[in-house]
Amino acid sequence: MSIWEYANPVRFMRSTAKLLPWVVAAAAICVTAGLVWGVLTPPDYRQGSTVKIMFLHVPAALMAINGWLMMLVASLIWLIRRHHVSALAAKAAAPIGAVMTVIALVTGAIWGQPMWGTWWEWDPRLTSFLILFLFYLGYIALWSAIEDPDSAADLTGVLCLVGSVFALLSRYAVNFWNQGLHQGASLSVAPGERMSEVYRYPLYLCMLGFFLLFLALLLIRTRTEIRLRRTAALRAREARR
Amino acid sequence: MRALLIRDLRLATRAGGGFGLGLAFFLILCTLVPFGVGPDAAMLSPIAPGILWVGALLSCLLSLDRIFALDHEDGSLDLLATAPIPLEAVVAVKAAAHWLTTGLPLTLAAPIFALLLHLPGAATGDLVLSLLIGTPALSLLGAFGAALTVGLRRGGLLLSLLVLPLYVPTLIFGAEIVRRGAIGADAASPLALLAGITLLSAALIPFAAAAALRINLR
Repeated sequence: MSIWEYANPVRFMRSTAKLLPWVVAAAAICVTAGLVWGVLTPPDYRQGSTVKIMFLHVPAALMAINGWLMMLVASLIWLIRRHHVSALAAKAAAPIGAVMTVIALVTGAIWGQPMWGTWWEWDPRLTSFLILFLFYLGYIALWSAIEDPDSAADLTGVLCLVGSVFALLSRYAVNFWNQGLHQGASLSVAPGERMSEVYRYPLYLCMLGFFLLFLALLLIRTRTEIRLRRTAALRAREARR
Repeated sequence: MRALLIRDLRLATRAGGGFGLGLAFFLILCTLVPFGVGPDAAMLSPIAPGILWVGALLSCLLSLDRIFALDHEDGSLDLLATAPIPLEAVVAVKAAAHWLTTGLPLTLAAPIFALLLHLPGAATGDLVLSLLIGTPALSLLGAFGAALTVGLRRGGLLLSLLVLPLYVPTLIFGAEIVRRGAIGADAASPLALLAGITLLSAALIPFAAAAALRINLR
């Protein structure tokens, strides 16, 4: 049995119907537990209580980037193997990824105000996240502008491929243009840079929780898209009769 | 292919082709900015590289929807798609025609507009060079956006939303070259990176745009 069998919409619906309640429950438990644990951590000696914003900021940023990567893979699968579920999953992922980007930007601004003394700074990481958000917006706008679903899936797929190349280029081009204020990798394992265990474990839990949350929302939205497609097909058949 | 290039150039330069509109827009932009920020040369001079590059980018954007939309309306795009030359070549030729009618005139006129914004004289050469190298990428990326939105009735606004994020790397390096020229620093590395982006676009975009056109003509 190969993984491509799940590309069949009927099989996809049947298996995800069984899977979905578990994913939703796991996401709810992990996000709640992770955030409560995160809030109960002691204040950082320099950042004070603002360090707790990290438990929302880092997982959201993580899923914002991985959401785009997932769209890229799903678009490739659609363009190469023409599985409709894949195209619909890419469509369903875009608004979730866009919201994750907004969460990362807004929590970053709320943290930046007391810590850096500014809501916004044209720092490479912040700027490239804003550009990523623009790419999400363009992708969503193109989906909603085209009526024929297959053409829309094809065109947005091509846009996703080209957009990925240029989003990556922008990511490194902005490094060139301004020096960073944002700290480096949050989960660096280098000695001396590694985060204290007090913060690390709740952060891992939050990251897992946000991943599950993304997965749960993605499954729900993809199932909705499949049902919408079915309704449209039934309507068309009804109208022909 | 040469016939197609000549045809596109002719269509763009004759009446109703909109040739020169981009230049006029660029001039208006360079006139409006001093009204917005004040006529002080000390204020204008440091922002001139950025304004000139953003202005070039926006005036390039104005004429993008003409690349394929008119041919799509009168059906000649379908003929081009079935012509013996590959669709990728059609895209490349049309992007080249767009560059010859917008990018090249902008590049040649830029030194005059630079005077309006008090760009330091030392940077004029860098401005022309950066526009000469960078604007082909703008035309190519614009052709991709135009190919994506060719079948849409109101594609103009969507086109700018799709294309402008793609312009970010070109803008960063282009304006950086001029800025470095203005302070007398070495601009070789952003120049090389800008040339790299243009070459990457030239290698990649015709295929992506042709794929988008084939989907739209299906």
